[in-house]
Amino acid sequence: MNHYANARLLLAILLLAVTQSLAAACLLRGTGDLGVVIERASGSVQVVDTTARTRLFHITGLGDLSHASVVFSRDERYAYVFGRDGGLSRLDLLCGTLDKRVVQAGNSIGGAISQDGRLVAVSNYTPGGVKVFDAGTLEPVADLPALDDKGHSSKVVGLVDAPGQRFVYSLYDAGEIRIADLSDPDAPKIERFAGIGRQPYDGLITPDGRNYIAGLFGEDGLVRLDLWQDRPVPQRILDHYGRGEQKLPVYKMPHLEGWAVAGRQIFLPAVGHHEVLVVDSDNWQETGRIPVHGQPVFVEAEPGGRHVWVNFAHPLNDTVQVIDTQTLKVIATLKPGKAVLHMEFTPRGEAVWVSVRDDDVVRIYDTTTFKALAQLPAEKPSGIFFTARAHRTGL
Amino acid sequence: MRTTVDTLLVMFMATCMVAPVVAAPDAARQAELLYLLNQDCGACHGLTRKGGLGPPLLPSSLRDRPVRLLVSTVLDGRPGTPMPPWRGELSEQDARWLVEALLRGDGL
Repeated sequence: MNHYANARLLLAILLLAVTQSLAAACLLRGTGDLGVVIERASGSVQVVDTTARTRLFHITGLGDLSHASVVFSRDERYAYVFGRDGGLSRLDLLCGTLDKRVVQAGNSIGGAISQDGRLVAVSNYTPGGVKVFDAGTLEPVADLPALDDKGHSSKVVGLVDAPGQRFVYSLYDAGEIRIADLSDPDAPKIERFAGIGRQPYDGLITPDGRNYIAGLFGEDGLVRLDLWQDRPVPQRILDHYGRGEQKLPVYKMPHLEGWAVAGRQIFLPAVGHHEVLVVDSDNWQETGRIPVHGQPVFVEAEPGGRHVWVNFAHPLNDTVQVIDTQTLKVIATLKPGKAVLHMEFTPRGEAVWVSVRDDDVVRIYDTTTFKALAQLPAEKPSGIFFTARAHRTGL
Repeated sequence: MRTTVDTLLVMFMATCMVAPVVAAPDAARQAELLYLLNQDCGACHGLTRKGGLGPPLLPSSLRDRPVRLLVSTVLDGRPGTPMPPWRGELSEQDARWLVEALLRGDGL
């Protein structure tokens, strides 16, 4: 073989190698330090690496993500994205692909993954109710309508997973909490708790899977359900917390899904007030109210609970504040930019990623020094979700 | 007497027709308003205006509502619902222009 033929052979092998690597662009790596950033206006998602602080993939075609949330498969390879338009999309984080997608309702708000990771539930506005899907195939498994006693369908909010293969959720219009036991997916068992208060707007479950808490929009207060009781009785907590104060117009609903539990204390957003409320989870009494920059949207504890980070509703949404959970004082005020929509901590909390919608950027801060570490471009970023959520109840 | 009532009526109607001569917001303000509509109103009503916690804001869902009612809903909110009053942030002319933009389906 002469030199020319050799070179041609080499070239052919090289070309083959390049083509093959393009065809199989999936990564061979772990996913424990990956996450997704929602780009709300373009219906796209970034897959990010929280160690290298880089973008790995950009995935499009997820529909209307003006409101979106995400849960992860327990192997942390797949992200389930719940979009506004009722779309349920499964993303493969290693391949950077939209693996499966179903449009399961007209209008949805959020979702949850079951304790065993086999079921994905979606809560809907139109038509109301919860739909449950097989996490592997996205085939429908169960349909749980949210009809009140008069037969009216209700918007469903605050859907979380709970131990015992259960889902817990709230009916916004009907003022009800429901527990759905999917141990036998063919015959779901529903427990109803009516008359809990007006317009529950969101719900959370404490990390131990014991307490479901629904926030009320129609009155000042929250409702707690103790899931460790055989016959739980809804209990009002922080009742009338806004007493004697003028409630301000609410330009953005607070979110409860980022639970903020630090030791015995639970930190919650006040609706229509520039305050974070603190409640003692031993006796469910209010232990403090922390004046903050604006109306809180997300109140999130760092892993470990040393600090709680808060962002705010329009038009005061250029600011993030950090609360010391020992002194209940604001110890830092950051100005990441206009329209801070979400914050997410790395798995052990050394850094926090902050989405700044109007600046088209995600900023990364050191949680010890509060200094900016890095930033990543993103188109109108909103929710940020890291795979460590896969192993946490309620996330 | 009757003539007085008629005259008053005519005067009243004339006032109604003449009074709301509100200039449209300038181009820069219109862009701001559309951004607010998509991003902030969109938080509850959806980016595609098909609704969410709040009702749909599509031309087909608003067409039968009186414009004045829609403008006052924007400015003063809807008590008993999460719709907040935007007065203070939006002027009368801003609100009127937004309602017209919604009815035309601008930006959809």
